[in-house]
Amino acid sequence: MNALIGLPIILPLLGAAASIALGAHRPLQRLISIGVLATLTATTAVTLVRVDRNGITAVQVGGWEAPTGISLVADRLSVVLLLTALVTLFAVLVYAVGQGSFDQPGSEARHVGFHPLYLILTAGVSFAFLTGDLFNLFVAFEVMLMASYALLTLGGRADQVRSGMTYVVISLIASTLFLAALAYVYAATGTVNMADLHDKIAALPAGLRSSLAVLLIVVFGIKAAIFPLFFWLPDSYPTAPTAITAVFAGLLTKIGVYTMIRTQTVMFTPATRPGTLLLVVAGATMVVGVLGAVAQNEIKRLLSFHIVSQIGYMVMGLGLFTVAGVAGAIIFTVHQILVKTSLFLVGGIIEEKAGTGRLARLGGLARTEPLLAVLFLLPALSLAGIPPLSGFVGKLALVDAGLDDRAYVVVGVSLVVSLLTLYSMTKIWAGAFWGTRSEGASDLPPAKGTTGTAIMTSATAALVSVTVAIAVFAGPLHELSTRAAADLVDPTPYIEAVLGR
Amino acid sequence: MTLVMVLVAGVLSSCGTYLLLGRQLSRVVIGIGMLGHAVNILLVLSGGDGGRPPFDGDDPAGFADPLPHAFVLTSIVISFGVISFLLALAYRSWQVTGNDEVEDDVEDRRVATHGQGGAE
Repeated sequence: MNALIGLPIILPLLGAAASIALGAHRPLQRLISIGVLATLTATTAVTLVRVDRNGITAVQVGGWEAPTGISLVADRLSVVLLLTALVTLFAVLVYAVGQGSFDQPGSEARHVGFHPLYLILTAGVSFAFLTGDLFNLFVAFEVMLMASYALLTLGGRADQVRSGMTYVVISLIASTLFLAALAYVYAATGTVNMADLHDKIAALPAGLRSSLAVLLIVVFGIKAAIFPLFFWLPDSYPTAPTAITAVFAGLLTKIGVYTMIRTQTVMFTPATRPGTLLLVVAGATMVVGVLGAVAQNEIKRLLSFHIVSQIGYMVMGLGLFTVAGVAGAIIFTVHQILVKTSLFLVGGIIEEKAGTGRLARLGGLARTEPLLAVLFLLPALSLAGIPPLSGFVGKLALVDAGLDDRAYVVVGVSLVVSLLTLYSMTKIWAGAFWGTRSEGASDLPPAKGTTGTAIMTSATAALVSVTVAIAVFAGPLHELSTRAAADLVDPTPYIEAVLGR
Repeated sequence: MTLVMVLVAGVLSSCGTYLLLGRQLSRVVIGIGMLGHAVNILLVLSGGDGGRPPFDGDDPAGFADPLPHAFVLTSIVISFGVISFLLALAYRSWQVTGNDEVEDDVEDRRVATHGQGGAE
């Protein structure tokens, strides 16, 4: 059964190879992609049940023992997030197939490369979650980023090339810094296995230890878009085709957060974790992100600034470094992946139906598209943290953990930011769903009620219902996250599982 | 010898950073390449002093550490791929816009001029 752990990495790569070979047959390509993602979602759900019951499972690739060989580690944190990621990737794939009927630059129907790239992205995402050593984390990031570069610029429009350039250069700088950090870690300790590093980094001088910690925060901070390293995100995400933007917005930054949680907890002993620094960064990220969002007038850009703002909450949970705090961060990350993706998908349908994403030119959609209005309203209120939706569950866990830890300032900031989040969400609501369509909008193409939109709407509806399910099953999820967080705050079980002690 | 290599890495990374800060895409690409080389040198250095090849004799005491070399090879291959992509992107940018400069973000300018006659 342990073979199932490597499957999310191998299967998408094989699928991508087959998909390239079958480039001329779009229906077959779709079948492969959907088949691969459906299989992986099922097997990962099985893995989650097994890991939760039996504890952390580690696989040594090729039988080379850790710390020499490559370890794949499935613990509760990585499998919960991997499952969420796969569900999201699956829904977005269906959405993209639906959107393919609109023949736009960058759409799924027009490019042979869409399906193989999407599967390679899946492989990279899975590898990033499952790998147990730093160097393979670098490789996983590169696999994922390489696919994302190509997906972001698929179509080659002028604005895509401009924003793609920013994105590629920023990601490359982060990767270069990551490699430098790897070189320092290896020079100081002689290993890159995260479990092995826990004891070896603890033995290093304090100055060297904190510079390694901060260097890793900078590297993953760029990927996760925390303050002050977020500036690239709102420029580059909105230009891609909607399906791609949605999957990037939901997943890629969260993988930065995941690696931050993973490296800061597993590699560093409790006394040496940079808690205060992370809390300050978290507060600044929330405030700056939400203020940026309030200033925007276009749906996708507004939502892009919200990605930044919400990353602050996850970093806040991590910065507390308590079981409750990290558990809150995990719930919040799961909620964010689903909610953010759904919001972008709804934004895409709005653009498809109305021909524009500019709030000044939209209006009256609540009357003409009541279903779409509901699909927007649920995740939007959830994002702001209105009970009883999933955002409330995540924020409650975080605020609770913050109060327990007497971190009153950051808790206060997070509550004020929630209010501003609600304000900016009502801005979209009032602009797009209420009122009447403004002058000059009549020359736009009329709303199309094709099968394409039906597929897009049902994929979005499925994802929204998963976010509602999170709120319904908040109790079990909170217990699962608490168990996951307990393994992170004291990573002894992780280290024992990987090193086989 | 190690000191010389550290200095080389330092010079390469400072030149790379300088080039990255320019507005011309071709300079940015070269800058990224130089930064990559600097980091690869750092990776080689992380293995410590050189030694005998790992297949020379049975006594592992004097062997050079092979792991950093595996890292460097991987990273060279990856940076080759990424820089090729970057070059293609820079070429496409030149095709589309007719020049080699990083452009201002349209939406940023719109937000910046908001309230100064630039509003919709």
